Amino acid sequence: MRGKGHRLAAAGGAALIATSALAGCGSGDGGITINVYKYPQENFQQIVDNCNDRAAGYEIVYHKLPREADGQREQMVRRLAAGDDDMDVLALDVTWTAELAKAGWIKEFTGQAKAQVEDGTLETPLETARYAGRLYGAPDNTNVQLLWYRGDLVPTPPKTWSEMIEMGARLEADGDDKTPGLVAAQGKQYEGLVVLYNTLVNTAGGQILDESGTKAVVDDGAVKALEVLKQFATSKVVDPSFSNAAEDDARLAMENGKAAFQLNWPYIYAAAQAVPDLAPNLKWAPYPSIDGDPAEVTVGGINYAVSAFSRHPDESFDAVSCLRSAENQKFAAINDGVPPTIESVYDDPEMAEPYPMKEAILETLKNASARPRTPAYQNVSTVISTILSPPGGIDPERTAERLRSELQDALDSKGVLP
Amino acid sequence: MSHALDAEPRLSPKAKAALSEGKKAERRLGLLLCAPAILIMAAVAGWPILYSLWLSLQRYDLKFPDRTEFVGLDNYVTVLTNPYWWNAMWVTVLITVVSVAVELVLGMALALIMHRTLVGRGIVRTSTLIPYGIVTVVAAFSWRYAWTPGTGYLAETVAGGDPVLTEKIPAIMVVTLAEIWKTTPFMALLLMAGLALVPDDLLKAAAMDGASAWQRFTKVMVPVMKPAILVALLFRTLDAFRIFDNLFVLTAGSQGTSSVSMLTYNNLIKGLNLGIGSTMSVLIFIAVAVIAFVFVKLFGTAAPGGDGGGRR
Repeated sequence: MRGKGHRLAAAGGAALIATSALAGCGSGDGGITINVYKYPQENFQQIVDNCNDRAAGYEIVYHKLPREADGQREQMVRRLAAGDDDMDVLALDVTWTAELAKAGWIKEFTGQAKAQVEDGTLETPLETARYAGRLYGAPDNTNVQLLWYRGDLVPTPPKTWSEMIEMGARLEADGDDKTPGLVAAQGKQYEGLVVLYNTLVNTAGGQILDESGTKAVVDDGAVKALEVLKQFATSKVVDPSFSNAAEDDARLAMENGKAAFQLNWPYIYAAAQAVPDLAPNLKWAPYPSIDGDPAEVTVGGINYAVSAFSRHPDESFDAVSCLRSAENQKFAAINDGVPPTIESVYDDPEMAEPYPMKEAILETLKNASARPRTPAYQNVSTVISTILSPPGGIDPERTAERLRSELQDALDSKGVLP
Repeated sequence: MSHALDAEPRLSPKAKAALSEGKKAERRLGLLLCAPAILIMAAVAGWPILYSLWLSLQRYDLKFPDRTEFVGLDNYVTVLTNPYWWNAMWVTVLITVVSVAVELVLGMALALIMHRTLVGRGIVRTSTLIPYGIVTVVAAFSWRYAWTPGTGYLAETVAGGDPVLTEKIPAIMVVTLAEIWKTTPFMALLLMAGLALVPDDLLKAAAMDGASAWQRFTKVMVPVMKPAILVALLFRTLDAFRIFDNLFVLTAGSQGTSSVSMLTYNNLIKGLNLGIGSTMSVLIFIAVAVIAFVFVKLFGTAAPGGDGGGRR
C-alpha cells in the first residue's frame, strides 16, 4: 500500500515537472514565439511553415482549437478573461469581433497594419471585422451560401422564394419518386437558422438591430422575412425534418435524391463529387430573392485578431499579414476549400478547377450582409434561434413582438439566456 | 475478547486523570494536523461559494466590463421572474422525481435479485453494474445515436423514424430513460447494502407466523431497510437534480429541455454573464440544500429506533 502511494506521488511529481518543462520550452530558447490559435484546418501547418521561412526574428506556432465553434469561443474567451498573455493571434468567427473588441481583449488594427488589411479585401468580410468604426480583425476566409439545384429537373433556376416553392410543388405534384421537389435548408434551433433569417431580413431591406447594435428594432422588413420563413416552412416543398436540419442534413437530403433544391455553403460541391448520380446534375445559382432584387446573403468566415494581452503585438500583426496573404489564401482555398477574402485571388487561373462556382460566390459576396454587430451577439443569436424554432410555428406579428422585447433584454444584459 | 473486556473497567479509574491529560494533548495535535486540510477546504470550497454570492449581487457581464455595478437583489428578481428559469426548474424537477421513483422500484427489484441469486452471483452482479461503469458522456452519445433517425436502431424500431430528440416531451422522456438506465445499478447497490441488514431469522419468524411474501417485504424488510433507502434516495435526488452531462449530449437544452444546470452553464460560460449565472448557481445551491435538509429531517425521525418514538 505504502509503496503504491509513493509511486503515485512520484509519478505525479514527474508529470508536474514535465508539464512545467513543456510550458517553459516555448520561450526558453530566447527567440520570440507567436502563438496562433485556430480551429483544426487540415493544411494550415503548411501555411505556418511558409510564413516561418520568411519571418524575421520570431516563430509562429499553431495551436489547434476544438472543432466546434462554441468550444473554440469558450476556450479563447475564458483565457482572455483571465488575461492570459500566451495567446497572440486568434482566429475568430466573424460574429465574435464585437464581443471581444468591446471587452477590450483584442487590439485595433492601425496605421500600416490597417492599410494592409484593407488593401484589396472584399467589403462585406471587412465589415465583419469592424466594430464602432474601428478595425479589429483581418479577414482570412469568407463564405456565402448559394442555391444548389438539380439541373436535370430544373431547367432554369428560380429567382425568388415563391418561384422556388412553386417549381418544387410542381415536381412533387406528379407523385413520382424520381422527380423530387423538396427544398433543403437549415431550420434547426442553432446558428444556421439565424443565418437563414438574417439573409431574409437583409434581402427584405429590414433590420434586426439598429446600426449601433444597442436597440432591437425588428422592423417591417424583419416581419416580412418572418412571413417568408413561415410560408416556406409550412409549404409542400419543405423537407419534413427541416426544423431539425443542419448543413449536413440538407446536404444528405439532396445526395439521397429527396431534394431538388438546396440552400447551402459551397463545401457541398466537393462532397457531391463522390455521389455519381448527383455530381453531373448539380448546378448552382445566386440565392433566391424575395421580390426580385438580388438577395443579401449572410457572410460567414474567419478573421484574425491580435490579443490585447500579447507580449509581442508588432510581430503578431506581421504574422497576421503573412498568414492571410493572397498567396496563402489561394493555398487554403484550393487545399482546404475556404473561399478567399482578397478579390484578386478569385481571378487566379488555378482557382477555376476547384471553384467552378467562383463567379457566383464573388457576385454574392459583393452584395452580402453581415450579421448584427453587437458584443451580445451570442445572446442575440440564441434568442433568435429559440424564438424562431420551429419555423412552422411562426406568427409574424407576435413573433416579431417577442423578438423585440427579448432581444432588447439580451442587449441590456438583463435577460436570461434560454 | 473477554480478557480485554475485563481489563478495561479495572484500569480506567486509576488512569483516568493521566489518560485525559494525554487525550487532551492528542486532541490538540489532532486538530493541528487537521488544520491545513480544513484551511485548504475553506480556500477551495468556501471562498468560491462566497465569491459567487458576491458576484450574484452585481451586474457583471464580461461583454460589457464598463457597466459593472452593485445591484443588490436585482439579479434574483430577473431570474425568478423569468419563464426560461421556471421552465428549466420544472423540467429538472420532473426528471428528478420520475427518474428517482422508477429507479427506486427497479433498483429494489435488482437488489433483491442480486441478493437472492444462488447461481452465477458474480456474473449477475457484474452485468447489473455495467451501465453504471460506463462514462456518462459516452453512454449519452450511444443513446443519442440510437435515437437519431437513419442511424439509430431505437429511432427506427420504437419511434418509427421520428426524430424524438427534437420535441420537448419525447426528448425529456428519452433523457429520463437514459438517466434511469445509467443509475439504477447505483440505487440497487445501495439498497443491497440495506438488504444485508435484514436478519434472516426475522424473515423466517415472520414466515412461521404466516406472513406472505409481500407482507414480509412491506412489514419486515422495508422498515428495517428504511435508513438505507433514505440514504439511497437522498444521493440520487441530489444527483438527479444537478443533471447536466446526459442533457448536454442528448439535446443540449434545445426545445426547452434545459435543466437548471444547463441554463446556468449557458448564461455563465456561453453568455459570459457572471451576475446572472452566479445568481443561478446560488439558487441551485439553495435548492440542493433544501432537498438535503428535508431528507436529513426525515432521517432524524426515522433513523434511530426505526419504528419507535421518533414518528411525528
